[in-house]
Amino acid sequence: MTLDADHLRYPHRRRGMDHQRYDFSMLSSRPPVAWPGGAGVALWVNVAVQFFPLDQRGKPFAPPGGMTTPYPDLRHFTLRDYGNRVGVVRCLEALDAFDIQPTFTVNAALVEHCPRLLDRLVQRGDEILASSWHMDTLHHGELAVDEERAIVRKSLATLRECTGQAVEGWVSPARSQSRHTPDLLAAEGVRYMGDWINDELPYAFHTNAGELVALPLSLELDDQFLIGANLHSEWEYAAQIIDACDFLAAEAAETGHGRLLSLSVHPWLMGQPHRIAAFESVLAHLAGCASIWSASASEVVAAWRGQAA
Amino acid sequence: MREDLELYRYRAWDERLPIRWPGGAKLAFWVAPNIEFYELDPPVNPSRRAWPRPAPDVQGYATRDYGNRVGLGRMMALLDKYGVRGSVSLSAAVCDHHPEIIELGVERGWEFFSHGIYNTRYAYGMDEAQERSMIEDAMEAIFRHTGERCAGYLAPALTHTESTLDLFAEAGGIYTCDLFHDDQPTPVRVRSAKRFVSVPYSLELNDTIAYVVNRVEPRRYGEMIKQAFDRLHREAEAGGTVMCVPLHPYQVAHPHRLRAFEEALAYVVGHDGVWLATGREIAEHYLEHYYDLDLARSGGKGGGSEEAATDPAPGSSRDA
Repeated sequence: MTLDADHLRYPHRRRGMDHQRYDFSMLSSRPPVAWPGGAGVALWVNVAVQFFPLDQRGKPFAPPGGMTTPYPDLRHFTLRDYGNRVGVVRCLEALDAFDIQPTFTVNAALVEHCPRLLDRLVQRGDEILASSWHMDTLHHGELAVDEERAIVRKSLATLRECTGQAVEGWVSPARSQSRHTPDLLAAEGVRYMGDWINDELPYAFHTNAGELVALPLSLELDDQFLIGANLHSEWEYAAQIIDACDFLAAEAAETGHGRLLSLSVHPWLMGQPHRIAAFESVLAHLAGCASIWSASASEVVAAWRGQAA
Repeated sequence: MREDLELYRYRAWDERLPIRWPGGAKLAFWVAPNIEFYELDPPVNPSRRAWPRPAPDVQGYATRDYGNRVGLGRMMALLDKYGVRGSVSLSAAVCDHHPEIIELGVERGWEFFSHGIYNTRYAYGMDEAQERSMIEDAMEAIFRHTGERCAGYLAPALTHTESTLDLFAEAGGIYTCDLFHDDQPTPVRVRSAKRFVSVPYSLELNDTIAYVVNRVEPRRYGEMIKQAFDRLHREAEAGGTVMCVPLHPYQVAHPHRLRAFEEALAYVVGHDGVWLATGREIAEHYLEHYYDLDLARSGGKGGGSEEAATDPAPGSSRDA
């Protein structure tokens, strides 16, 4: 057997990354970032407010948390809808009880499917980020750029109109992107996105329509990843978040460099009655951590942007 | 395809060698950080795709890039704190992409051994000339950037051919981490009859296997390391053992995992009779003091070729 010669050619083997999207930089070599009030750790709690369509195409892959049985998968459709009716209220009551500020990433289709939920979120005044149209409008390498641009525009326009907010943040369904996604987002007025999970602080991300800020939304600490994919118990979830909080607070204290703890929770998962107490225990720990600054996504970006060279 | 490549002979655990490591130590402990580069859009190998999602697989790529950007600095500080030198399983392209990482390792006296060019380029389907060229390319890059000859091999993404170890030995390597058959080093039979050995590298304690494949919680991973250590330390009375903890900066160095790992590391380092070694040091000590004894003892016990194993070619690979 012999491989094609391409397999032993390395056209991007050179200093820096194998693409032009961002510069390489080691966290341990960067100048310090300071957060308002001298906080050691900025806390970004993202609540994923999602719509999973019953007629899921699942192309080029089934979105995590999506339909799995033959049509009509009422089982998963309603389990996810539970999050938008029951789970989200439980999660918000818990967050409010500990005075921790949520940010919402919202599938724009919910403006049509759950207008009262959107009203509730808008009334609260918390920041809303866009998360495409719904969980099955995946942004991926085989999507035609015109089709993707239409999804981005429709999603942003719908959410901006409904919320009255600028909606300058974005998280893609399944954190999946095409080659064009960052360019399209920047062209449509998005300023920061959470999909690239290669860092623990914001960093500059290049597009053909100006600079974006990558604001990594941790997958490793995501409830759907730890509980849904890894099958860890809700109390093992809590232990890991608490360990991460303590680790980052200690590292910030030791180095004098601000750190970011980004947590993404799914009301359809964390808002179940057998899990919510574990989430409350996490929130109690975070609320009791003196060096934490509970912030919205845009507040984190603004604080970082003020210091970035 | 062959039923068995007959790379080594059978030797039961209660026949293990009476190894003592330098200073009379019983257990050789080594930590092998895998410092890797995964390409965003590599050519697709006919036997294995690099990424599950169509390119660009942002999630898979960014997960691994995290290791070089964030995890590695943290891991280096932790190993420094406990006086442990890393033996780096290196995607040699890191020399070109991130030479600052190589410099940080060289400053610390870390060993760099070959883990191929990229962890998104697989040996499956390569002919011998191609695999030899890939192996030599990586060894040359390591020498050029570190000033040290590459001694060890862990195939990129653990992708092998029937010739992999033959080719690496012929290129001047002295040890492999690709075989998981023992808790002591063993001779490995290669067609050149060079003196070539397997140094134990644990897949069971590999952080990626633990966290990702077996979905182990971080605190339990720490417990697994302590329990493995306790047993290998105890059994080393009757014949020195090797314990390896293979790591990935994109796995263990996350904020929810590193403290539990540190507790386990402190536990191991806090014991007597532990030699904090590198892969090369273990291989060299074994080659010098136990390789011939191992062959003599296991002679005639099946497996392997007598001629190849007992008649080493002139010129140790260390001269290469």
